[in-house]
Amino acid sequence: MNRELKRVSIVVMLMFVALLSSTSVVQAFQADNLSADPRNTRTLYDSYQVERGAILVAGEPIAQSMPADDDYKFLRTYTNPELYAPITGYIPINGEPTGLEFALNAELTGTSNSQFFDKISALVTGQDPKGAAVEVTIDPIAQQAAWDALGDYTGSVVVTEPATGRILAMVSKPSFNPNLLTVHNNAEVTASYEALLADPNDPLIDRSINSLNPPGSVFKLVVSTAALESGKYTPESTFPNPTVYSPPGTTSKIQNSSNGTCGAGETVTLATALRLSCNIPFAELGVELGDTAIRQTAEKFGFNSDYSIPMNVAESVYPQGLDDPQTAQSAFGQYDVQVTPLQMAMVSGAIANGGVVMAPNLVQEILAPNLSAIQTFEPSEIGRVMSEKTAATLTGMMINDVQDGAASNARIDGVDVAGKTGTAQNGSTDPFTLWFTGFAPANDPQFAITVLIEDGGGMGQTGFGNLLAAPVAQKVLEAVLNK
Amino acid sequence: MSKASALKTSRDEPVRRLHLPQKLRNLELFLLLIACFINASAVMLVQLGTLGELDPTLVLLGAGLSALVIGLHIVLRFVARDADPFILPIATVLNGIGIAMIYRIDIADNQGGWESAAVRQTVWSALAIFSAIVVLLVIRNHRVLFRYTYIAGLVGVLLLFLPLVPGLGKEISGARVWISFGNFGTFQPGEIAKIALAVFFAGYLVRNRDSLSMVGKKILGARFPRFRDLGPILVVWALSMSVIIFQRDLGTALLYFGLFLVMLYLATGRLSWVVLGMGLFLGGALIASQTLNYVNGRFTNWLDALNPEVYNADGGSFQLVQGLFGLAKGGLLGTGWGQGRPEITPVPQSDYIIASLGEELGLAGIFAILALYLLFVARGFRIGFAGQDDFGKLLSVGLAFVVALQCFIVIGGVTRVIPLTGLTTPFLAAGGSSLVANWIIAALLLRLSDTVRNQPRLVV
Repeated sequence: MNRELKRVSIVVMLMFVALLSSTSVVQAFQADNLSADPRNTRTLYDSYQVERGAILVAGEPIAQSMPADDDYKFLRTYTNPELYAPITGYIPINGEPTGLEFALNAELTGTSNSQFFDKISALVTGQDPKGAAVEVTIDPIAQQAAWDALGDYTGSVVVTEPATGRILAMVSKPSFNPNLLTVHNNAEVTASYEALLADPNDPLIDRSINSLNPPGSVFKLVVSTAALESGKYTPESTFPNPTVYSPPGTTSKIQNSSNGTCGAGETVTLATALRLSCNIPFAELGVELGDTAIRQTAEKFGFNSDYSIPMNVAESVYPQGLDDPQTAQSAFGQYDVQVTPLQMAMVSGAIANGGVVMAPNLVQEILAPNLSAIQTFEPSEIGRVMSEKTAATLTGMMINDVQDGAASNARIDGVDVAGKTGTAQNGSTDPFTLWFTGFAPANDPQFAITVLIEDGGGMGQTGFGNLLAAPVAQKVLEAVLNK
Repeated sequence: MSKASALKTSRDEPVRRLHLPQKLRNLELFLLLIACFINASAVMLVQLGTLGELDPTLVLLGAGLSALVIGLHIVLRFVARDADPFILPIATVLNGIGIAMIYRIDIADNQGGWESAAVRQTVWSALAIFSAIVVLLVIRNHRVLFRYTYIAGLVGVLLLFLPLVPGLGKEISGARVWISFGNFGTFQPGEIAKIALAVFFAGYLVRNRDSLSMVGKKILGARFPRFRDLGPILVVWALSMSVIIFQRDLGTALLYFGLFLVMLYLATGRLSWVVLGMGLFLGGALIASQTLNYVNGRFTNWLDALNPEVYNADGGSFQLVQGLFGLAKGGLLGTGWGQGRPEITPVPQSDYIIASLGEELGLAGIFAILALYLLFVARGFRIGFAGQDDFGKLLSVGLAFVVALQCFIVIGGVTRVIPLTGLTTPFLAAGGSSLVANWIIAALLLRLSDTVRNQPRLVV
């Protein structure tokens, strides 16, 4: 019987070897995959065990983790939630976080590589691990002024510092209350989320960086830059001044917004065309420059590439391979040209900054729990898009636009404001998209501002940039210049 | 031959003969104290890990249990001085770790007082250890059991099918393997049945091994039994299949059939029985997986656990996957007592206690527990190797193998070696009947090991 017993012993041994192997496979080799599984609520709960770092505006928290008496241990709470929702985003218990909560998740939870030694020391000292705090570049006065000035419009206001690319204000309306999406109740979160998703005004979209609209006349700044940088044009270069223009190769007609000529005379200068925001001269200029020259300039401003602030910014588009009629349309910001407000802020910011495009940035510093800086963000250049001379020339043209042209509602007493308005069409009957982009003071630019108003500002096809967008910019600039 | 030499040794070295058992018992006491220390530490670590403070009530209950185990040890000093010194400490430490984990999950579920599973488990442990003492006191020689072979078989089958009696049986999560005593609680008679069946199989096979092993036709080099000798294996097979069909309990069926096959092989030494038996069982299981929804579901969950459809299905792989998440969370070293989240997995204190332990004690803890089981089983097999009577050999190996197989079925199910079937993890899992049964197995192994080291007194 002992021979059989020996064999059964081997079978038992094999059974235990199978168990030792299977537990090793699950606990050692598959552990990372299993932990990363979205259905793994343990991982989710764990991310709440760490006191997530706060998001700070001028040292005051706009998002912080409050102790909670449940499995999650901390409740993410947002102060001034609607004002800062596009910046903070939210971190729901049953889905992906958004905004900075998503973009800086590793830092906020203390799991980024730069916090490795903090983790080790917390392990040794027995302290509860804690995430890093994030100080943003937002100026609370600018943010509040932008929020108030935008009123009930659907749209966005972006204020940047031209010399550094720091984002001082980033408002998107309509907004939402992220506190509704962080409650520790799956059903409630889902109900709130579904309601926000079903809202026809799309409150969950951060229009500053994720809404693409035709730029209309504000794109003329890009075309003017291309023209001046080509060396073949000056502000005094002239163009034929008809009431109707058909680009080569088509019979479709382009008109100025006035339906007449661009000022009096047989010809019109580039300066006047920009000041009065006429379409025909720019269509003619566009055809002369060609789509490649315009696209190259646009790309130097940041079009056709995506970047992060650290949230991902939607890619603004200047299409490839346009024929003449398409180029003519594109030259005044129609056809398939699409921009985000932040991209337009980069355009006016570059003009204000003597021709150098600065990388836009929302994060000032990442602070360890002991408030020492783990990471500080220095201004960084994307590149030079135009000479200082061109920048100065364009600035002068934009000052005239506000002083004595199509952007007159942005005027501020005692301060030179440089600006450009835009009124873009979205198909034949849809409401216009209204724009203002510019900076102040024009001689020493401190603030670049871009205002986007979607849905015609509630006025369908009767509103225009100077009527609705320019006053918003004016109010914001007054507030930040007076502080 | 061996009898003669043993007698010779005892005559030549009377001093050693007197001292050896005391040495064994002293080793046992030493290991037992370590086991009690580990158990007390586990409970205290659970309290520190979950409550942040020490709560003396459960520690007192644990101390009572330790006293009872020491009592069992003292009984051994008188009635089984030569018993194996490892069996009692291993059973004690497994039982204690189980109570600590059940207690830990009670705290997570806000269960306390006499309603809590940990307190009930402690009381059941006391009852189980007391049963073990009674077994040791009543059964002074294992060969007595040989006389009751057929009674044991009858009792085993009756116990097995008791839950099917209307009004007495109770269905929990699909399986009908419990009997209800009203408010007092439930009992799983199948757990006790496995001991009765092991006794029956051992006795029956010792009596009939000749006819089962000697005759038969040779086919393809292996000698296959005559048709009329197929009776026993077909009866046990039918029994197992009826457990699958009527009690809806795949694990129990596999356990009994596996036990019978191994004992049959040991008794006859013929692999053809094993081939035949495995063919029968696999065939039956295959038919069951095609015709019975619950068996089919178990197979789907096993093969395609992470598929979202299977995961979200009613009776799907949710529990299995949650258990895997828990194990993954534990990693190599575990989260530590009270630091994980085993309560997320359904039934974390019974079927899934091994996943709970894996989460908090890590792979290292699981390896330690598996090593303890392996050692326990090895001690049982050792009795089988050293034994002089075939009944004792068969019984001890059968009892040890049933523990090994049960571990394999449960832990293998949790870690996806085989399809998941509901069984308790011996000594660890919450469940009174399982505890009583396993402590009786421990007592029988202690008795068998004592008789093996001593000269068997002829009582047959």
